[in-house]
Amino acid sequence: MFRRGAAEPWTMVFDGRPVRARDGDSVASALLAAGIRVTRRTSVSGAPRGPWCMMGACFECVAIVDGRRGTRTCMTPAREGLRVDTQRD
Amino acid sequence: MTPSATEAGVVIVGAGPAGLAAAVETAKRGLRTVLLDENPAPGGRIWQAIEARGASDADEEAGIALIREFRASGAEAWYGSSVWGIEPDGTVFWSRDGAAGSLRGHRIVLATGTTERPMPLPGWTLPGVMTVGAAQIALKTGGLVPDGETWIAGQGPLIFLYAAQAIRAGGKLAGILDVSDRAARWRAVRHLPGAIADIRKGAGWWREVGRAGVPILRVTDIRAEGSGVLDRISFRAGNTQRTEAADLLLLHDGVIPSIQITRALGCAHVWDERQRCWRPTTNDWGETNVPGVVVAGDGAGVGGAAAAVLSGRIAGLGCTYALGRIDTATRDRAAAPLRARHAAALASRPFIDTLFAPRPVAPTDPVLICRCEEVTTGQIRRAVELGCQGLNQLKAFTRCGMGPCQGRMCGSSVAEVLAGARGLHPREIEPYRTRFPARPLTVGELAGLGR
Repeated sequence: MFRRGAAEPWTMVFDGRPVRARDGDSVASALLAAGIRVTRRTSVSGAPRGPWCMMGACFECVAIVDGRRGTRTCMTPAREGLRVDTQRD
Repeated sequence: MTPSATEAGVVIVGAGPAGLAAAVETAKRGLRTVLLDENPAPGGRIWQAIEARGASDADEEAGIALIREFRASGAEAWYGSSVWGIEPDGTVFWSRDGAAGSLRGHRIVLATGTTERPMPLPGWTLPGVMTVGAAQIALKTGGLVPDGETWIAGQGPLIFLYAAQAIRAGGKLAGILDVSDRAARWRAVRHLPGAIADIRKGAGWWREVGRAGVPILRVTDIRAEGSGVLDRISFRAGNTQRTEAADLLLLHDGVIPSIQITRALGCAHVWDERQRCWRPTTNDWGETNVPGVVVAGDGAGVGGAAAAVLSGRIAGLGCTYALGRIDTATRDRAAAPLRARHAAALASRPFIDTLFAPRPVAPTDPVLICRCEEVTTGQIRRAVELGCQGLNQLKAFTRCGMGPCQGRMCGSSVAEVLAGARGLHPREIEPYRTRFPARPLTVGELAGLGR
């Protein structure tokens, strides 16, 4: 898993639980730093998926961000209080 | 800066080395230049978040210097702006924070770089399996380092660069699984003279990895395993079959140009045998066969950041000339030293490309090859048995390449499997036809365009 030594001064919310983050984080990097690897379930088989390319190309890391489905968490800057939910298609 | 006027001399897509350099050349000669990038800051992937984290070596110092030059050039930067369509008249469609807009450029410079070559293997869709480039972005933007049960698999310089950067930042790696072809070393030897400086750099990373005690194993038959998420990997090292605990597996087998936009625009493409990929056909100024559309940097053929900067500057000069701001003599005088440096920057490519020639893509039937639509390699082979001849027909047979990534993550490997099944070379397989929008759009984004 990933970890980091740096301070994570504020929190966002993932599936109702607080996730610590810091300025410069994308939603995906904050989730990975918290040990969360799954952001969605596929529409075809329901398989879990999570960040793969981290650069907006693969659409694997999409989730429901502030109510918007299909949001690429790797391209979305994290911010305090942001609500992120696992996307189940 | 907020998106405003709807017309510019030059619209540049991508704020990496090539896009920044092209913008400097056009903006400083008085052309209104607008550069769009999806990210919140300039630098592209190679120099991602560089202003926030500071330069760590001479290559990154060059990045900081270029960004400074860009900021002083008068070019406008629209960050957080994702380009999803371009029309033949130069109208560029973009979205930002869920709202779409358009802007017309008299010249369009595409500096959209590359994506990592897909490396399909059993279990590669399990959460916890990512690309090496992805882990590097997490390191650059979020300061994330791998901790413990992290394995890297594949080949190429990026693996050792990332491993060295991760170790310097306090990360721990379980091991590196090297899949390179030993025989490629002999083929690469004749290209060695042009690559001495890069070999020295690579050897430095390799030593750092060795000093940290990270084992480097030559392996085959890598599998990612786990129920729901990655929890172990297996591989064959020599005659031994091994299974190891793993919560991250980072894959990498080089990078290939992103041709989504140039394909959709109808640009001609050429097969690059050494890099085993398609790239848009460009002339000495980066111009494609589509009037007004220019490609700069690695998106026109992989050469690395230093070469991309120079190709961006050359493309910028070409645009400035095409729009009547400089005459032929001025353009050529300015371009000559850039061309010499560009050639020097590319000198190590034959060695690197030969040493790390892409590994054959021949996954077993159950391996998912199209991640979005969950199409297996076997489904591709069955479709060929049923008479399917090409990639675009395969979409109708299997839906491969039709998910939200629009073939970015499977295009090259599906072509390899199709070619293998038909006994052809992949250059004989037309790549996926791509269409705009280049990414999924909401109805709200589209509706907003009319306003």
